[in-house]
Amino acid sequence: MIELSDYLTVAAILFSISMAGIFINRKNLIILLMCIELMLLAVNINFIAFSHFLGNADGQIFVFFILTVAAAEAAIGLALLVVLFRHRQTINVATLDELRG
Amino acid sequence: MPQYRRADRIHQMLENYLPVLIFIAVGLVFGAFMVVLGMILSPSRPDDEKLSRYECGFEAFAGARSEFDVRFYLVAILFIIFDLEIAFLFPWATVLRELGLFGLLSMTLFLAILVVGFIYEWKKGALQWE
Amino acid sequence: MNFIHPQFSLALPEMILLGMISIILIADLFISDKGRVVTYLMTQATLVLAAIATAAVMGADVALSFNGHFIIDPLASLTKLFIYLVSMVAFAYSRSYLIERDMYRGEYFVLGLTAVLGMMVLASAHSLLTLYLGLELLSLSLYAMVGLRRDSSQAAEAAMKYFVLGAMASAMLLYGMSMIYGATGTLNLWEIRDAVAEGSGHSLVLIFGLVFLMVGVAFKLGAAPFHMWVPDVYHGAPTSVTLFLSSAPKLAAFVLMIRLLVDALPALASAWSDMLVIIAVLSIVLGNVIAIAQLNIKRMLAYSGISHIGFLLLGVLSATPEGYAAAFYYAIVYAIMSLGGFAMVLVMSRQGFEADELSDYAGLNERSPIIALMMLFIMFSMAGVPPLLGFWAKLAVIQAIVAVEYYQLAVLAVLFSVVGAFYYLRVIRIIYFDKPTERRELKPANDLKVIFIANAMLVLLLGLFPESLMNLCQSAFIY
Repeated sequence: MIELSDYLTVAAILFSISMAGIFINRKNLIILLMCIELMLLAVNINFIAFSHFLGNADGQIFVFFILTVAAAEAAIGLALLVVLFRHRQTINVATLDELRG
Repeated sequence: MPQYRRADRIHQMLENYLPVLIFIAVGLVFGAFMVVLGMILSPSRPDDEKLSRYECGFEAFAGARSEFDVRFYLVAILFIIFDLEIAFLFPWATVLRELGLFGLLSMTLFLAILVVGFIYEWKKGALQWE
Repeated sequence: MNFIHPQFSLALPEMILLGMISIILIADLFISDKGRVVTYLMTQATLVLAAIATAAVMGADVALSFNGHFIIDPLASLTKLFIYLVSMVAFAYSRSYLIERDMYRGEYFVLGLTAVLGMMVLASAHSLLTLYLGLELLSLSLYAMVGLRRDSSQAAEAAMKYFVLGAMASAMLLYGMSMIYGATGTLNLWEIRDAVAEGSGHSLVLIFGLVFLMVGVAFKLGAAPFHMWVPDVYHGAPTSVTLFLSSAPKLAAFVLMIRLLVDALPALASAWSDMLVIIAVLSIVLGNVIAIAQLNIKRMLAYSGISHIGFLLLGVLSATPEGYAAAFYYAIVYAIMSLGGFAMVLVMSRQGFEADELSDYAGLNERSPIIALMMLFIMFSMAGVPPLLGFWAKLAVIQAIVAVEYYQLAVLAVLFSVVGAFYYLRVIRIIYFDKPTERRELKPANDLKVIFIANAMLVLLLGLFPESLMNLCQSAFIY
């Protein structure tokens, strides 16, 4: 039998991996966007697991909304990425250093 | 949730996953069997023409690793947004009878708002390739 | 199946706004560049309509709708009214700036209105779900607005940074929400409150969730140590967007914090109050000290904003209704002052020139004494000089923490507002005593100039009569 704590552990590991990905990754902005998606998916696992074990559907409804918002977020992220690429001809994270002071 | 002893829990978990395990095993064996059968039975006489890359019968135009047009991104972005409305349509469709007219009108309004976005992108020329 | 039809009339302002957004989006497609003023007027009319609707729905009572996901209470209605006001002023300020920079398009106004809609949903949210949806509607609109100026490499970079850090903050907030949901089994804020009060929630999971909520909220407010995005985004964004970004959304973020901490988790007040002490102290210290080193006025105002958020948090961490009212007052006052502060940059800028270096303000008094005087009011108000508006806001939050006997904190706050006064006064010195580097006459657009003067006079007048606004804020928390 898979227990609630197992699901929560998986979600926590995924969340940590994506968080580490955002801070360690210095090469590629697309990977950053993927890390953000992964964070949201980890949260989804949490909600589904709680919803299942509490016998309460609210969590699953929340997941529907997170999925759609994540799609909108990805769309805006990609759009900004294209704008940035047109200016810099690169999507390297390390080149985001024009604004300092 | 009833408490199981640890041994029982493991036993039950194995029981749950046994069909999956059998399925994987059968899949692997069957797949490998077919590949090996093909290698043994088929004749093999390679030449230059046969080993070259196949691109719809033409000579290859460019390397497969080349950059692709940024306009594909635009199409993908527009697709993502409109594709996810399905996530709301499915659960809505399963309980439509209970929701009645109110449910129908709600979804009509939701789709109408999406159509507003669609008209905007159409008129802006985002759907034009050139 | 039991299906209760929601009481739609309570959400009338939101529905009006959504309808008008759709209409403006389509109508703008058929409006030529010359007739763009129609879009602008429709935007302002929408906000007026929404204000009328909000006033009509507003009552002294608390009313719930949409299965408890939506609430109308004095806090929600008042916040919305101030959001309309601040947004209208922000749109009015940006008009001439947008025209000069080829950004005068329908998208700017539509995105601004969707951000306002997000703030309204946030203000009226009564469950974790509506809080999240309101916040995302607000944030996604703002990301796009920051990146709207496509010919600016700086704006693109600012938008990308804002997006990545903002999305991460949303995910953290969401992770915290999932923990709260798991511990209490409900999304409704009052049901969460009751479940926590009964002690039926798992305390460890709750505290774990609270930490993540706190990180998310601090990110959105732009409080230290989660402030990294603030200076870069304020600096890189087009100034009219910075002006909008630094005013109304702060009010919305304040309500987000009140809803999460005060409405849903009052039983954990001792835990979140301690966390807020750390965040507030760091914000006040870091914001005021780093602002001194800034030569770019947008960056300076960004760091000053971080320190103001720290002061605002002082009111919340007192965990008393008087403290919340003081923080609400501070949020409104900050929104008004911030409008004025960034409007200074707008007034000084012209086509092809951004007046965002401090040296651009040298000898302004000789070029335009009246504008120099108005800037003096705004800077003095931000520094907290009596009898201007900013002084009363600082006084209110410091009174709130003295009432709960946080004396060291009060001393620290006063000390660092003196440190902060240094860089505000430096701006005044540059305006009045430095030799002008430029003799060209200052010619801001007429509407810009009139609103700027009105804004600065408001800072003075509300400062002379502080009670009315303060009483209004208290009515949101004491009933």
